[in-house]
Amino acid sequence: MSQPLSKRILISLAAASLGLTVTACGGGDQASNVEYDDTVKVGILHSLTGTMAISETTLAETEKMAIAEINAAGGVEVDGKKYKIEYIVEDGASDWPTFAEKSKKLIDQDQVPVVFGGWTSASRKAMLPVYESKDAFLYYPIQYEGQECSNNIFYTGATPNQQSEPATKFMYEKSPAAGKPFFLVGSDYVFPRTSNTITKEQLKSLGGEVVGEDYLPLGNTEVAPIIAKIKKALPDGGVIINTLNGDQNVAFFKQIQDAGITPDNGYYVMSYSIAESEIKDIGTEFLEGHYGAWNYMMSIDTPASKTFAENYKKFTKDPGAVVADPQESAYNMVYLWKAAVEKAGTFDDDKVREALIGIEFDAPQGPVKVMPNHHLSQTVLIGEIGTDGQFKILESTDGPVAPQAWNQFEPSSKGFACDWTDASKGEKYKL
Amino acid sequence: MQLLFESLFNGVAIGSVLLVAALGLAIVFGLMGVINLAHGELIMLGAYTTYVVQLIFKLPVFQPIYDTYVLVAIPLAFITSGVVGILLERTVIRRLYGNPLETLLATWGVSLILQQFVRSVPLAQAAGAVLALVLGFSLPLLLPKALLQGSRARWMRAGSWGVSALVGVVFANGLASQVSRIARATSRNVDVTAPKWMRGGLEFADLTFPVPRLVIIMITVVAVVGVTWFLNRSVWGMRIRAVTQNREMSDCLGIPTDTVDVLTFGIGSGLAGVAGVAVSLLGSVGPNVGTSYIVGCFMVVVLGGVGNLLGTVLASFAIGLLTDLIGAGRLLSIWPGMPAPLEGVVKFFATTSMAQVMVFALIVVFLQFRPAGLFPQKGRMVEA
Repeated sequence: MSQPLSKRILISLAAASLGLTVTACGGGDQASNVEYDDTVKVGILHSLTGTMAISETTLAETEKMAIAEINAAGGVEVDGKKYKIEYIVEDGASDWPTFAEKSKKLIDQDQVPVVFGGWTSASRKAMLPVYESKDAFLYYPIQYEGQECSNNIFYTGATPNQQSEPATKFMYEKSPAAGKPFFLVGSDYVFPRTSNTITKEQLKSLGGEVVGEDYLPLGNTEVAPIIAKIKKALPDGGVIINTLNGDQNVAFFKQIQDAGITPDNGYYVMSYSIAESEIKDIGTEFLEGHYGAWNYMMSIDTPASKTFAENYKKFTKDPGAVVADPQESAYNMVYLWKAAVEKAGTFDDDKVREALIGIEFDAPQGPVKVMPNHHLSQTVLIGEIGTDGQFKILESTDGPVAPQAWNQFEPSSKGFACDWTDASKGEKYKL
Repeated sequence: MQLLFESLFNGVAIGSVLLVAALGLAIVFGLMGVINLAHGELIMLGAYTTYVVQLIFKLPVFQPIYDTYVLVAIPLAFITSGVVGILLERTVIRRLYGNPLETLLATWGVSLILQQFVRSVPLAQAAGAVLALVLGFSLPLLLPKALLQGSRARWMRAGSWGVSALVGVVFANGLASQVSRIARATSRNVDVTAPKWMRGGLEFADLTFPVPRLVIIMITVVAVVGVTWFLNRSVWGMRIRAVTQNREMSDCLGIPTDTVDVLTFGIGSGLAGVAGVAVSLLGSVGPNVGTSYIVGCFMVVVLGGVGNLLGTVLASFAIGLLTDLIGAGRLLSIWPGMPAPLEGVVKFFATTSMAQVMVFALIVVFLQFRPAGLFPQKGRMVEA
């Protein structure tokens, strides 16, 4: 984005009438008595239809909530002027090429300074070339497999060392199945395979043993052969690391329970894709006693966390709504962008990108900080799923953990890191 | 011995899910020659019926008999999918007999419509619509014949559809007010929770047999026996077979071929609904649940030989056993000392993804030698 600022403001003014209708349904009621000097439009790009809509609409809602909160508190202040944030929502339709297409539209046609969007790694990989070629900026909120560090993406979700590594260590050393062998189950695509490669390397260094792994093709719910393998490989119980996706979890947890693979019999499942909203969908009776690892859990007992959950319930007008890690991550990134813009004193991408690094924010999970590799340092929590559908937090790291874009257990990336503050280092340099 | 039983049970368990899902298609595709790509969505409707029945049984009135809701869901799912199938036959497929390509495209379109339907229409309204359809189709049959003759007939039909629609609307609103979870449309997947007696497993000589799997096997057995009896012993079953073998001749002999078409398609669709009940016990219920079964269904029917029930049964169990044998790596335990290169190959295919590839490949190879499947039979293929 090398557009002069004045031109961009003109464009946003020109489209302000359209923006007004959008704000009307975006909680404009909170922002009644604030006077703004101008408006700025940002892009929100998630799947609002298709298979991913279930998960991604909650992110779009959270981002709108964060924007409404910022507006109510006076908007974004740049150069002594108060800007009201407006948003353009685009639908990625659970289709990865559509994500790339809509990104182009947001960048070229709507000239937004920033896009908040994506969920699956596949959608991010589809969008990445668009943002790199146009030198635009994408904020991506989901915990992912790492092994990527783009100058044009800012990742607010966990890297493997902020989720799976502490989780594996916990399961191997402190869980009721400590010291027992591991079995790895996942959906057949990039995140589970990369994540499990890391887990295997890590277990090797801890002295643990992986006795089997299997991947369920996406869309397949026949888990009987996997159950047979688990029973054969772990006759006396053990740890199951689960990276299954979406509905496959339902089939998996329903059927392992019937087959006697339960915490009572010494089998403990640690899942990386099951947060509060998934617990609600799958049913607590199938998940009780199993584990999860996240940077944010709704059960965090701090005023900030409670306010976040309450505000979300109010914003969506659904008293039963839950908040989970991906939503908190989406919420943080809007605030971090605001802080970076105010620090840079301009909406210009390059300046904002520079200003972003080092920014600290009091997130619902606690303090987070933007690191030079465009990821966040954040706290890692390990929790056990209880009858109330919430995590009982068993362990928390002492303060935030620094993110590693390039994993240190995976042989191909061992010894590498990423640093965008230093032109000679960049995306991938040797430590 | 234990290995043999475990493998056999797993194979039969996987196979019976395939079989119950493919049974309806074996009739629709096998006997009528209709390529129905909406078959998966008829399964989905059956699964959603189970979900709605489950919620209704949670109401205080039905609470004492909650545990039996699955048994009630089976006939209701049959009726739901059956009546939607009949509507589909009357409105779309009937006009396309003899045009396999058009049928294929049209039913694919219908499958997309049905997927979007359950996303954007509240389930309570959908249940009301199904009730209206059932009444609309059955009321004219219940009225005395005398009333349906002459100039009154049209009015009587219109009137009965009007009454049905009214009952449907009242039912939908009543349901929506009683069961709040189905009062609003949602694209979220929903979940059927089996009653207590159907959860867990039966322990038997070191082996655990999951109860839902046993129930599915039972459902499958009853469905197969029922269909076999119906086709071979009942009057309408014989008429269906007669039309399959020679439509013109049957027509000449006074068999109402039009009614036979409706009935055949209705039964095939209804069986898809029963499959939906089975499927809902295994995983979650969502708009896309049907798409994950449709490929398997066609595979079973084609492998078994189009138009042959026995072939369908054998084909599904063969696929089930193969999937378990390859996917769970059983060959390694059957033959522990196999040579290293072979062991490498077996290990490579001993994952769920690769086992699927292997099973597909074996089917392709088999069809090279027996293009018409296990039991080739002359049927009334699409008269193109």
